[in-house]
Amino acid sequence: MPPASRSDGAAAAAPGADRAGPLEFRLSGSGGQGIILAATILAEVACAAGYEVVQTQTYGPEARGGASAAEVIVSRAPIDFPEVEHPDLTLCLSQEAFDRYAASTRAGGFVVYDSGLVEPSGLDGRARLIGLPFTATARELAGTPLAANMVALGALEGLLELVGYPALVDSVHARLPRKLLEGNLKALNAGYEAARSAAPPA
Amino acid sequence: MPAERRLLQGNEAVAEGAIAAGARFFAGYPITPSTEIAETLSRRMPEVGGTFIQMEDEIASIAAVVGASLAGVKSLTATSGPGFSLMQEMIGYAAMTQVPCVIVDVMRGGPSTGLPTEPSQGDVMQARWGTHGEHSVIVLVPSSVEECFTLTVDAFNLSEQYRTPVIVLSDAMVGHMREAVALPLPEELRVAERSEPDVDPDEYDTVMSTLDNILPRPDLGSRFRVHVTGLVYNRRSGVPETGSPDVAQDLGRYLREKIYHHREAIVRVEEFMMEGAEVAVFAYGSVARAARAAVRWARAQGVPVGLVRPITLWPLPTAAVDHMAEQVRTVIVPEMNIRQIAWEVQAAVAGRARVVDYGRVDGALITPEQIKDLVKKEFHYHRFS
Repeated sequence: MPPASRSDGAAAAAPGADRAGPLEFRLSGSGGQGIILAATILAEVACAAGYEVVQTQTYGPEARGGASAAEVIVSRAPIDFPEVEHPDLTLCLSQEAFDRYAASTRAGGFVVYDSGLVEPSGLDGRARLIGLPFTATARELAGTPLAANMVALGALEGLLELVGYPALVDSVHARLPRKLLEGNLKALNAGYEAARSAAPPA
Repeated sequence: MPAERRLLQGNEAVAEGAIAAGARFFAGYPITPSTEIAETLSRRMPEVGGTFIQMEDEIASIAAVVGASLAGVKSLTATSGPGFSLMQEMIGYAAMTQVPCVIVDVMRGGPSTGLPTEPSQGDVMQARWGTHGEHSVIVLVPSSVEECFTLTVDAFNLSEQYRTPVIVLSDAMVGHMREAVALPLPEELRVAERSEPDVDPDEYDTVMSTLDNILPRPDLGSRFRVHVTGLVYNRRSGVPETGSPDVAQDLGRYLREKIYHHREAIVRVEEFMMEGAEVAVFAYGSVARAARAAVRWARAQGVPVGLVRPITLWPLPTAAVDHMAEQVRTVIVPEMNIRQIAWEVQAAVAGRARVVDYGRVDGALITPEQIKDLVKKEFHYHRFS
């Protein structure tokens, strides 16, 4: 692959993946929670910031329901293997997703879960657990549980400062229809602020 | 001006590659994990003045593609295992009638309905030999989103140049993943245009393509007399001639040799960290991604391992295999099927190196760790950290 062209300004504002090599994310939940959309926005914003990015997804033959997951790798170097094996951060928006995916998180990584839907157990302190009420917050601020993915996206940025919050806002602006924008941006911001106070960036 | 970097899915890149190559006709039937190709082209074809048709099934789809190409329009279809099986008869018809067209098979676990959402490389032999009878075909195997684009362009160019169906053999991983890519700009692409044979139309049925001068196919409805038949035909007149062993032999040999005679011009292969390698990993498609990670790891450990990645799977890059066989003591062939290409490599290596096959059919991508374990066995005396 030819070397990627990079915007220096964006790179300077985006220190996330420089700190410790590539960063691997797995966003999981059940079908219909907007997991793949959240992963795609995360990947798009990282791409615009000049990173190498691979986004993949895992789903079964069912059309709806079941545990679904979308993965993103963000790196300064070309990415050889496209699949996430031991994510630095696992987001779990359902109990089934937590039970299936949380344990694969890298030792010392983050497991971020919906505190209103998930009863976390079985990790024995191997990962840093952060519970936030994604779905309840989405319901309160955007009037729909469907915005939980936006709360989560804001929270990821709050935790890792990967691409810079303003870039995320721009991407959501570009992706969502105008009538949904206000609620979703409130949701995004609430996630961002909540994560920053739950675990200030290193 | 450099091309803009953007996030693109492998299947979307195939669709954009087809448009960039000048394809203006798509006929298909949706099937996981290829559907995004049809979905993207249903939007893109009308934008560029092309035609998108969702047909009643895959047999009709490939038939429509062959028909559109005969009428002068660069054409493609896209499918996965079960649909690819249905298309085999018409792929043979396209090979026999020497109709340029592109078939994209995004491989999933099989046989039958199998593992519809999981990657596989189970169709590599079907791509070569799926249709009956002696024939030749060109098969390209992308291992990145960028190659989904560039190899689709190549596929159209090769199909026009050699008047043959060309198969792009993607898989569920490469097709569904998104990567940051900077696609080549239109002015950077070489695109083969379809032309008319440079002969007097009245003389056309008295001249004949040779291996070194494959005449373009005149369009149906053009000023040339064209006869299209799936029967064995006289290569000069195009008219069916089934009573002559000589005519049948001439056509049969030609259909094979017009590809194999040009093998060196057709094949694309990538060698990665092969300098001084004592062991080679021979891997293609998405498995090559895991192999590359394992090779990088091995080199960082001071262990001389390299990667040979066929981009053209058929014809097999035999010159590269020869070179590899002379250089290394062991060739590791990991693939998401059981020995389909490992047997071919073993035949081409012909005893000059040991061939270790590693096949999986569990629907999971072969991982760097699995290939590292194979490498460790070859260097059992080395202290790995």
